[in-house]
Amino acid sequence: MKRGWFLPIVATLGFAFLYAPIVSLVIFSFNESRLVTVWGGFSTRWYGELLDDGQMLGAAWISLKVGAWAASIATVMGTLAAFVLTRFGKFRGKLLMTGMITAPLVMPEVIIGLSLLLLFVAMEGVLGWPAGRGMLTVIIAHATFTAAYVAVIAQSRLRDMDESLEEAARDLGAGPVRVFFDITLPVIAPALVSGWLLAFTLSLDDLVIASFVSGPGASTLPMVIFSKVRLGVSPDVNALATIIIGIVALAVTVAGVLLMRQSKRMR
Amino acid sequence: MTSNPALAANTKPWRDPAAKPFISIRNVTKRFGDFTAVDDVSLDVYRSELFCLLGGSGCGKSTLLRMLSGFETPTAGQILIDGQDMAGVPADKRPTNMMFQSYALFPHMSVEKNIAYGLLREGKSKAEAYERVGEMLKLVKLEKFASRKPHQLSGGQRQRVALARALAKQPKLLLLDEPLGALDKKLREETQFELVNIQETLGVTFIVVTHDQDEAMTLATRIGVMTEGVITQVGEPREIYETPKSRFVADFIGSVNLIEGKAGPAAPDLMRVETDDLGPVVVPPTAGLTQGQTVWLAIRPERVWLTREPRPDIANSVPGVVQDMGYVGHMSSYVVRLANGRLIRVTQANESRRDTPITWDEQVHVGFEPSDFRVLTQ
Ligand SMILES: Nc1ncnc2c1ncn2[C@@H]1O[C@H](COP(=O)(O)OP(=O)(O)O)[C@@H](O)[C@H]1O
Ligand SMILES: [Mg+2]
Repeated sequence: MKRGWFLPIVATLGFAFLYAPIVSLVIFSFNESRLVTVWGGFSTRWYGELLDDGQMLGAAWISLKVGAWAASIATVMGTLAAFVLTRFGKFRGKLLMTGMITAPLVMPEVIIGLSLLLLFVAMEGVLGWPAGRGMLTVIIAHATFTAAYVAVIAQSRLRDMDESLEEAARDLGAGPVRVFFDITLPVIAPALVSGWLLAFTLSLDDLVIASFVSGPGASTLPMVIFSKVRLGVSPDVNALATIIIGIVALAVTVAGVLLMRQSKRMR
Repeated sequence: MTSNPALAANTKPWRDPAAKPFISIRNVTKRFGDFTAVDDVSLDVYRSELFCLLGGSGCGKSTLLRMLSGFETPTAGQILIDGQDMAGVPADKRPTNMMFQSYALFPHMSVEKNIAYGLLREGKSKAEAYERVGEMLKLVKLEKFASRKPHQLSGGQRQRVALARALAKQPKLLLLDEPLGALDKKLREETQFELVNIQETLGVTFIVVTHDQDEAMTLATRIGVMTEGVITQVGEPREIYETPKSRFVADFIGSVNLIEGKAGPAAPDLMRVETDDLGPVVVPPTAGLTQGQTVWLAIRPERVWLTREPRPDIANSVPGVVQDMGYVGHMSSYVVRLANGRLIRVTQANESRRDTPITWDEQVHVGFEPSDFRVLTQ
């Protein structure tokens, strides 16, 4: 059979294409030599140096804070939007709202970044808030674009969920708000956790939007890395990237496992 | 189980024109867009009845039930439960509970918590609620499964948890949407009797939706036969079976031979109907027929006589040939072909072992007693 060897080879090539750069990055992060292309023996020297790099650590801390805040806000907003779209039957403007919620998924980041920047500037002029650009504006910007992703995940889970669960709770005497917190939220919780993790990684990863809306003293990790790399790749960036890859891989795995386990349990 | 003399099954309040109905559905219509799911239905159900809504899939049974429980609002008409108009009363404030077709057990709560949920919403203390949970678990024989999660239970056990949860609040009216639909045949038959026992023990009014006529016959004090959003006949199981009012009901419940004919002149004792299949047939006099009107004669297969010799003592007797036969142990069913090709279904109890049974291709006579015919006009 031709397919016997064809498929494995194509798969191997495909995965190699995707992951070879990442693997080489991880390997070279343990390189003793300062030269990126020459292997000088195993060492954790660059990880040590990273710990001494105050600018890098500060940016990492900002990125983590921004990610956590943005993901939390996005989870709340995305869930509410998804709930309205799946549970409120037909209402005026539903189609428009559905479209607008998913638009950020396909909108070029440059446009999102630029339009948010213009909005923040205009708001500062009119309302005096948010004052200047900094962490707050990055959080707001990230929350808005990642909320779209959470909404999509929550919507698909809400659609899958047996609506008679909510009706049964109503029937047993719970008001609509109680039903949401007692039944709907616990049932879709695993999907929301994976939505939060996705939003967090998206925020951690974002360079373009953050570059538009960030201000002095609020450079996120990708921004710092990017500016450093422009001056030449230094091996401690490899070390940092390896750590980020680790965090992202963990988040994605946890999200996947949660979703899978739930879909199994719900028949 | 000792039977409770006050139960509707024994007092039969629907036979008493002065009896006060417990649930009144008055001219209720439900439309979804321009599709009419329930069409001008009026129905009275009495206290402690076990009423079955019987009908094929998509005929509007669930929609009617959902209007009673408050999940759908009638487009027109009125629903009264225990004298109280239900218009504007939301689902969580109604004196009804529902057992869902999918059971709708909360997957993240244990059996115990599922049953306690409604009790706690009622404002009962934890101690009170869990005492009642214990009683309910005992009633459905699930004491050992209190701390299991729904996904760790079998289908039959889930069904009982759903029942216990719906009964825990002692609703005035329990609505059950195809409560046995997800169980396999054997379990379903056992559970039918259990359901009747529980209903009779508690004396709660049940409205059960089903598409299974045997189930309806076994369970119900009365049956309402539904088709295309309309209740075509309401009556006790025996009444529905013995005196169907339409071809649809006759055919839907059990098996029936329907013979088309034209009514003869009105007569005081016996009337004649001219049929193509059987020739002139003598039937009991039926009020309200005009001469020449098209009628259908309905006769159950077990009411048809099947003999080798003609039976001059029976008013209607026709020769035929056995085309098919099936042996089902306690009875045999036959398909007899008449001279003009018309097939008549006959069933016979296998009571005696001495006779050589009638079998394939035998020349036979089928006999119809006039009083066994139902004359249907629709
Ligand atoms: N929410 C709804 N929107 C539109 N049509 C509905 C809705 N609910 C039920 N129907 C339609 O009404 C009819 C009766 O449905 P239902 O009461 O569920 O039937 P069943 O007798 O099988 O329980 C079906 O044709 C169904 O498609
Ligand atoms: Mg149904």
